[in-house]
Amino acid sequence: MPTAKPRFTLAAAVAVALVATSLTATAQPRTDLVVGMALEPPHLDPTAGAAGAIKEVTYANLFEPLLRVDADGRLIPGLAERWTVSEDGLTYRFSLRPNAKFHDGTAADSADVKFTLDRARAADSVNAQKAYFAPIAKVETPDPHTAVVTLSRPDGLFLFHMASGDAAIVAPESAATNKQKPVGTGPFRFDRWVAGDRVVLVRNPDYDGVQPKLDRVTFRFVSDPAAQVAALKAGDIDAFTLFSTYEALPEFRSDPNFTVTVGSTEGETILSTNNARKPFDDVRVRRAMAHAIDRQTLIEGVLYGNGVAIGSHFPPHREGYVDLTGMYPYDPAKAKALLAEAGYPNGFDTTLRLPPPPYARRGGELVAAMLAEVGIRAKIEPVEWAAWLEKTFKGKDYDLTMIAHTEPLDIDIYARPDYYFNYKSERFNGLNDELNRIQDPARRNALYGEEQKVLAEDAVNGFLFMLPSVTVQKAKLTGMWVNRPVQANDVTGVSWK
Amino acid sequence: MRRKLPLSLRFGAALTLLLVAMALLSLLWTPYPAEQVRVVARLRPPDADHWLGTDHFGRDVLSMIMVGARNSLAVGAAAVGLGLLAGVPLGLLAAALGRWGDEAVARLGDLVFAFPAVLTAILLTAALGAGAINVVVALALFNAAVLARVTRGAALAVWRRPFVGAALALGRGPLSATLVHVLPNIAGIVVVQATILFAVAIVNEAALSYLGLGIQPPSPSWGKMLGDAQTHLFNSPLQAVFPGVAIALSVMGLTMLGDGLRDWLDPRHRSSGVL
Repeated sequence: MPTAKPRFTLAAAVAVALVATSLTATAQPRTDLVVGMALEPPHLDPTAGAAGAIKEVTYANLFEPLLRVDADGRLIPGLAERWTVSEDGLTYRFSLRPNAKFHDGTAADSADVKFTLDRARAADSVNAQKAYFAPIAKVETPDPHTAVVTLSRPDGLFLFHMASGDAAIVAPESAATNKQKPVGTGPFRFDRWVAGDRVVLVRNPDYDGVQPKLDRVTFRFVSDPAAQVAALKAGDIDAFTLFSTYEALPEFRSDPNFTVTVGSTEGETILSTNNARKPFDDVRVRRAMAHAIDRQTLIEGVLYGNGVAIGSHFPPHREGYVDLTGMYPYDPAKAKALLAEAGYPNGFDTTLRLPPPPYARRGGELVAAMLAEVGIRAKIEPVEWAAWLEKTFKGKDYDLTMIAHTEPLDIDIYARPDYYFNYKSERFNGLNDELNRIQDPARRNALYGEEQKVLAEDAVNGFLFMLPSVTVQKAKLTGMWVNRPVQANDVTGVSWK
Repeated sequence: MRRKLPLSLRFGAALTLLLVAMALLSLLWTPYPAEQVRVVARLRPPDADHWLGTDHFGRDVLSMIMVGARNSLAVGAAAVGLGLLAGVPLGLLAAALGRWGDEAVARLGDLVFAFPAVLTAILLTAALGAGAINVVVALALFNAAVLARVTRGAALAVWRRPFVGAALALGRGPLSATLVHVLPNIAGIVVVQATILFAVAIVNEAALSYLGLGIQPPSPSWGKMLGDAQTHLFNSPLQAVFPGVAIALSVMGLTMLGDGLRDWLDPRHRSSGVL
């Protein structure tokens, strides 16, 4: 509104400019999108690396597995438009999209499926989830559009695993160079990667499926929390996924230009405990720690309330979940008693190693304070990711560490003989073997429940909370995932209002 | 000759005394235990209960600043003390030996100076793990190099003066000449340099703790407080102000103390720096 008072002219000009921008915006919806991510992927080949950021850029956008997981966690067609499973659960027949093509123009057919699966299960495979492919006995290609996979043993999670980014279908021609120049079958193709800054994908005009609404998607990598907030406020980033500066959320919530969604991830955040190392080999010590940790305070202090407590290694939003959060109520006195019973009336000294994410650094500080209350003096040792993977995860040389396990349905890691928890339980392994044989959903859920109880009774790790999937986005944006059933920033259904 | 105490010396000494007093007081008393977490009482603005408010875990900021002063001083004292222990003898040795000995010490110093102190500390903590001890070692290494160079320069100047030559002519050995004639004459310069390095050490420790490489929680550190405050700049800006002011005042105090000492001990240096 124009006004005679000179000191209002600036405000008026700004207002006019704002109205003008919003007018152009409404006249023509944008077709580009800038997605903010905290971490930059080390490379762009999802079949050759564990880093979640790889899949967050490429899953469903650039690469397609045989099946995909949608926003609600359901299996939907990927490169395979149909599939059937034999009665005995050993033979899977996938019918591929007849016109599917890789971005380099070559056909995506059953030979590529065979190549991908054989490559992933080969002895020299660098796939981060090699175990997903271990049950495969052979892959046959009766015709170019059909792939038949035979398993050596039933695997209830096989389809689920074939829908993960690790099982993205790649071509023999480009597999070796996918790390820098990824060539997939998805609706977006690779444009460029400015190291340290962004990866740009553009629409693939030759895509044989539903065309996405966006022409260009830029993934920008901003690790500094204050810079993330500033970039959102400045409008440089349209949507920030897995946003972890939780203390800034109230401000975005109260701003009508932004929408904040808080959904679920598969990230069970736990206080990983070296079960083979004294004094943690004593279940009483582990139970004492469980009683010493006040999850609600932790969720409030670290996530500003945006999280759900867990009592075992299973997400509450999944079928088969059993609520075990009441098994070890917060009770420092009981924790001290248990420690005394285990022979540590004066507590003990230990080391708590913390990887870089804020949930770990902040959470670890709070956990250490809570443990100190009952006499467990945990020295904090911050480490970078590479060092964490090397020493803690691979080397298993640690006492305690705090980490979110983000792979979906990963309770089976407790049955792996050389996993870094160093947990060994005949009972759990028995349940897991049965789960691998059984297809019946009701029985499977019951078995999952049993597994959760065993883990909670053994207090294998400190089971803390589910990492939330927080997205801060411009209010005019629609179609971003709220939940995160797999590691992905699937933007194929995103558009501007 | 009676000299008036420079204003900077008085001001610097007062600020430094305040810092030391606060650190000493924290040994006996803080308003709250500095490590006591109370999430329900987080991010409180300053009031009668918490004079400087509470941080993101509900800890009392004043208590943390007080204990943080102690940690800063401890790291600074250790880094400068070790630097003195290693650097001064090396510098004296270089000046006394001359030629290849001098050359060796100078090149050793170049090696250390090739990397800024903070970078050395980051490298060291990356290799050996984060923590106060490694920070002290890295900063002491840097300080030793600086002090060796300053000591050598000052000692060489003393060596050239006639009374040292006279002492040598009268039969004093180089060691004895160094201890009796050289050291007392360069003590002032070394003390001034050490004071300024103390200030630098406090800043560097804060920088490293800000990066998460220095003093580890639960023990509070000003740098870590600043780092934690960073994400609260939008909703609770005071979080960054108090540790920031604490660092600024301590560094200002120590630097002024060093400057003032230099002016007071040697008026000819009033306009030219020793650094």
